[in-house]
Amino acid sequence: MSLALIVLLPFIGALFPALMIRAGRSACATTAFVFPLLALVLLLAQAPAVFRGEVLVAAWDWVPALGLQAGFFLDGLGMFFAGLILGIGLLVIVYARFYLAKSDPMGVFYSYLLLFQGAMVGVVLSDNILLLLVFWELTSLSSFLLIGYWKHLPEGRQGARMALTVTGAGGLAMIAGMLILGDIAGSWNLSDILRNKEAIQASPLYVPALVLILAGCFTKSAQFPFHFWLPHAMAAPTPVSAYLHSATMVKAGLFLMARMWPVLAGTTEWFYLVATTGLVTMLVAAGIALFKDDLKGLLAYSTVSHLGLVTMLLGFGTPLAAVAAVFHILNHATFKAALFMNAGIVDHEAGTRDIRRLGGLLQLMPITATLAMVAGASMAGLPPLNGFLSKEMMLHEAVDTRWLGNGWIVAALATLAACFSVAYSFRYIVHVFFGARRDDYPHAPHDPPAGMWLPPALLVVLVVAIGLFPDSVAGPLVAVVARAVTGGAVMDYHLALWHGFTPALGLSAIAVAVGLGALVAYRRVRALWQAGPHPEAKAMFDAFIAGAAALARAVTHGLHNGSLQRYLAFALTAFTLAGFAAFLAAPHAAGTRALLPAHPAAIAAWVLLVGGCALTVMLFRRRVLSVLVVGTVGLIVCLAFIYLSAPDLALTQISVEVATVILILLALYFLPKEGPQSSSVRADPLRHLRDGVLAIVAGIGMAGASWAMLTRDGSSLSSYYLDNSVSGGGGTNVVNVILVDFRGFDTFGEITVLGIAALAIYALLDGALFGRTGRRLGAWSPDRPQSADRHPMIMVVATRVMLPLAMLVGAYIFLRGHNQPGGGFIAALVVSIALIMQYMASGFGWAAQRVKVNYHAMIGLGVLVAAATGIGAMVLDQPFLTSTFGHFHLPLVGEFELASAMAFDTGVFLTVVGAVMLALANLSRMGRWTSPYTINTGAMDVDPRAASGKEQG
Amino acid sequence: MNHLLILPILLPAVVGALLVLAARHDGVLARTFAVASTVLLLAIAVALLVLASDGQVRSYALGAWPAPFGIVLALDRLAALMLVLNAVLGLGVLLYAIGGWDQRGKHFHPLFQFELMGINGAFLTGDFFNLFVFFEILLIASYGLMVHGGGGLRVKAGVQYVVTNLVGSSVFLIAVGMIYNVTGTLNMADLARIVPQVPAADQALLQTGAVLLLLVFAVKAALVPLHFWLPGTYANAPGPVAALFAIMTKVGAYSILRLYVLAFGADAGAAAWLAAPWLLPAGLLTLVLGMTGVLAARSLGQMASFAVIGSMGMLLATVAVFTPQATSAALYYLIHSTLAAGALFLVADLVAERRGAQRDRFAAAPRIAQGGLVGGLFFVAAIAMTGMPPLSGFIGKLLVLDGVRASAHAAWFWALILTTSLIAIVGFARAGSFVFWKPHALPAAPASAYRPDGALSFVAVGGLLACLVLLTVFAGPVHAWLELVAAQLYAPAGYIDAVLGTAQGVR
Repeated sequence: MSLALIVLLPFIGALFPALMIRAGRSACATTAFVFPLLALVLLLAQAPAVFRGEVLVAAWDWVPALGLQAGFFLDGLGMFFAGLILGIGLLVIVYARFYLAKSDPMGVFYSYLLLFQGAMVGVVLSDNILLLLVFWELTSLSSFLLIGYWKHLPEGRQGARMALTVTGAGGLAMIAGMLILGDIAGSWNLSDILRNKEAIQASPLYVPALVLILAGCFTKSAQFPFHFWLPHAMAAPTPVSAYLHSATMVKAGLFLMARMWPVLAGTTEWFYLVATTGLVTMLVAAGIALFKDDLKGLLAYSTVSHLGLVTMLLGFGTPLAAVAAVFHILNHATFKAALFMNAGIVDHEAGTRDIRRLGGLLQLMPITATLAMVAGASMAGLPPLNGFLSKEMMLHEAVDTRWLGNGWIVAALATLAACFSVAYSFRYIVHVFFGARRDDYPHAPHDPPAGMWLPPALLVVLVVAIGLFPDSVAGPLVAVVARAVTGGAVMDYHLALWHGFTPALGLSAIAVAVGLGALVAYRRVRALWQAGPHPEAKAMFDAFIAGAAALARAVTHGLHNGSLQRYLAFALTAFTLAGFAAFLAAPHAAGTRALLPAHPAAIAAWVLLVGGCALTVMLFRRRVLSVLVVGTVGLIVCLAFIYLSAPDLALTQISVEVATVILILLALYFLPKEGPQSSSVRADPLRHLRDGVLAIVAGIGMAGASWAMLTRDGSSLSSYYLDNSVSGGGGTNVVNVILVDFRGFDTFGEITVLGIAALAIYALLDGALFGRTGRRLGAWSPDRPQSADRHPMIMVVATRVMLPLAMLVGAYIFLRGHNQPGGGFIAALVVSIALIMQYMASGFGWAAQRVKVNYHAMIGLGVLVAAATGIGAMVLDQPFLTSTFGHFHLPLVGEFELASAMAFDTGVFLTVVGAVMLALANLSRMGRWTSPYTINTGAMDVDPRAASGKEQG
Repeated sequence: MNHLLILPILLPAVVGALLVLAARHDGVLARTFAVASTVLLLAIAVALLVLASDGQVRSYALGAWPAPFGIVLALDRLAALMLVLNAVLGLGVLLYAIGGWDQRGKHFHPLFQFELMGINGAFLTGDFFNLFVFFEILLIASYGLMVHGGGGLRVKAGVQYVVTNLVGSSVFLIAVGMIYNVTGTLNMADLARIVPQVPAADQALLQTGAVLLLLVFAVKAALVPLHFWLPGTYANAPGPVAALFAIMTKVGAYSILRLYVLAFGADAGAAAWLAAPWLLPAGLLTLVLGMTGVLAARSLGQMASFAVIGSMGMLLATVAVFTPQATSAALYYLIHSTLAAGALFLVADLVAERRGAQRDRFAAAPRIAQGGLVGGLFFVAAIAMTGMPPLSGFIGKLLVLDGVRASAHAAWFWALILTTSLIAIVGFARAGSFVFWKPHALPAAPASAYRPDGALSFVAVGGLLACLVLLTVFAGPVHAWLELVAAQLYAPAGYIDAVLGTAQGVR
């Protein structure tokens, strides 16, 4: 439990600083300090057990199917790293309290920092590798937030994105690597995986897994050629650089390589991949560091170089090299964090970090200078400091290593890197603190408050202590960590300052001499460097990302150009190709149904249909005309229904046709009567060819499918409906019984659709009456000459006569619907058309004043009535929409039938009338909006403007 | 027969109608009814989920007509899961919308209820013509919601949306005609019974119909190259409506999963696993194009839209593997991506409402009100959408990567999923740093005219994100349950028996 708590404490702590800042900066910092402190105490409480060689484990299931466990384990390596993270974290928290300016949001800073800390502790204590991935990516995310902490700085934003991109990419590769590794090992827990060396290294998937995992490690630990993000991450506040980008996060990659060392190391692939990368990184970064003028830039490249050093040691694959690696991780963390804090102090006090503008600070800031000199000397690898010890061990291992059979190249290159290292370390000391005292600093520099120099001082004390008494200060720790890394190999080594005259000592001496020489001749060395090529990684990265984004934009916006025609062409092409492909890939036999002779009337209708379609294609730009021509299609379909003895369908078809054509024509009133002139065939032949081919091929497909369907005697549900219509549904009109009973639920849905459509039209057009569209409509004037006879008498009289007749017909159709062709839907359309005629004859405003029905309410009511009919059945514990019917006898009327389906049909009727009339009402509302006239008082009148024009004329 | 099955359809239908009838003039009344109805809907959905968890498939024969002659509803674990998801998302979105969006046009609440009705119906129905009807309901209702509030761009995008989907509806009818022609049934369970017996002579018609129907579902699910309607629609729809639309693409995915496992699955003879060869490459292509769009987007809304397309690609490609293991992974990812997309669209709207004329476009604008809070929500939503740890997107991604191992195309999956994840991360990082960080480089803007409208919108977004956290924490039990869902799906006999067996005895 306490293991999980160690990980959780920083996360819990992360919640508080952002709140506690309201109680003041010190309260905020104190809160941030307490949680890692508690975690560290808990960790140290486990230390005795770990030193005894115990491995503590705690696990809870999270996603068992995936093998993902909230599993933690603590051994020497985990404890070492967790201690480093928590310990240096505490120092950084103190330091940051004094470093951050008043204007910086401190609460958020500490919250991010603790978030990072929790993630990092999680990485090093995870037993489950999938859990490790979770924490791993969390460190990338929190690092993103911290680098971008100063939101106003472009370098901060760019650096944050670059770090996230590079480490995120590595993290993604690592996901794949870990999944493969877990699959080979048969477990996702490190404690199991670490026991499966043979199985893993023998697997054919070993190399892919290795490469993918290393991709994660190398990006995280800034190994060449992924090193470039780290210097740009230095845009973060210095406490962040000291903590994440020097002491802890960038060591996550090293940690993981160390963690996996027992199972992954020792192969040729491992050696050449890891050791070579480390060596190259160490050398290249050390070289660049020497020529950086920004203090943090210098330290950043130095960090990269030292990370390379550790990587190389891990890559050697020998237990002694692993010990050296572990020892150097510890040493580097101490001196480098101290140096970063030191650079922060210089920046903070002098107002600049540019080495060219610094110098002579020794007298102004004696404490700072002293700390810098000790830590810098350790970085250079001078005795008797800890940096010297681990560098000696490194050189010793390098001397023993052969690379492609070559016995000296590794040692030579390592020594060269050490030369650079000495040079840049001394440059840091000499160019900043020595030399003439300058007076041109932005601020007058002096030593900072104790809160700022004490944390690095504490680290410097460690640097010296480990250097002088390595075996007693760091010995037990290194031993227990080394045991964990190497999987318990017994090693003969001892940490000491003096090993006698060894080749490594000689190389060290060479490095110091050459390094000092380079510094003395710095101008000439620098001139040499300037003359060489300087590939700028940031520029390349930016160009790459910009190129990727440009490509993405070209693809995305090139494809999605907003043209509906193109979108439909894609869709229809997909439908057509898929349809043909599916058809041709499966066996097919022609239908066997005997063909009927074609009646001349049918042929005539067919010709009309084809002609109508052809005309539509030709006339599509003349909108009114094409609406009328399209109408022929509906009429022919209607005739076809009659021909095939389907009177119900014919009635429905004709009334729907009439109602829609009227509504479309009314809508067209406000639209241009001509379609926009699209490109001519000549101007864009390819598009026309595309559309033509598509239309013809799709048409052939549809025709073929229709032919195939109509020529076979498929089975269908019809016989059941015919058999049960009277007995079960109480009606002899099977079509109606299907509509209101067998499949009444479909009808319930469809009337809802109609109602929704009317409501949507209303909402849409209502919106159009306001704002820009509304103003445009208000200024709209009819684009066609209008008849002066606004509400002609003949039409008014004729429609008035028709109204009662039409109503009667509607009622008749409605009532007989269950047994004869008809029903609520058709009746509703008939009544609607009759009503529309009234509105058209005398004007909507005039008619609306006389009709007190609200069509919104009518739609709602209709759906409710239909629903209520169905719910009635539920009250009797029958399923929704279960029908019932009975025969009753009334004097005079005689026997008649009542069916619950009629109530349902009433709902249909109300909804359909409401929907059609609401659509009409909307169009008229727009008409009145655009019309300059008041509503006419008489049922029939003439256009006042036309009338007055005549009088004047 | 359990009347609870009909309630997810009936309740919003009745409330929607009541809202039109009685509450169209009073905003408070409409909001009260709408929220009450949606809360009740959530309760019903949860009750159905509990009911369905016993593994028994329940059917409900409308009008007491036996299947396949009448229409049946069928409730299994999958349907129940989708109902709950719809209700959760719907409630979150509704709470956000009553912060003010609902008053920017007419009839928001009835349309919203009808939309929920349509979606629930599509999840419950066991009849594929009835499915068409529910597709129409949700299409028309969503169109009304999409153009809510008006505006030229929105109406133009609305036309593209409705026209593309009406073309889809027409093909739906054609496909149903073909399938009915050779099988003589509209009932999905009955279809599953008949398909194995369809003679070779009729296979071409059957399979053409089935493939066309697959493409119709693919239009709904925004599968490339049928996805073109989505970016414009989602990016131009009102924020809360776009958030609700996150479930609409899942209706397509659900339909594919339902019909092509049930009727064209292992037992379908010559038509077995018909959907796989089409769905898998198209899904992967969709993943790539969608995530590419994330990097190319010009506004937060557009970015979220392309992220939805990408996530649909990943979802459908995983579905196309057609194994229980991959399907349970896909379902986990489905839940996650629905809620994440919903939250992301709401966050984009929070931003748009605060940035004045720039809305959510990537154009320079001053700092926004409550920038820290909104930025934090964006960060969390972006983590979810890109599948970064620690949220459910990461677990979903791991489940998918693990679930497709057995597929012959596993290498493609792995390479494309991981690469597109990176593209998405880059895209979201650029967008976030531009919208939330870069304005700090500008001099502080004069006080914006924007007045924060209370806490409800944050509660809604926070609620959806909290669901993601729960989904993450309880990933183990949730996934274990989803494995049962998949197991039930891949043993269709239970479904077929429940629909065709029990219903017959009623009348």
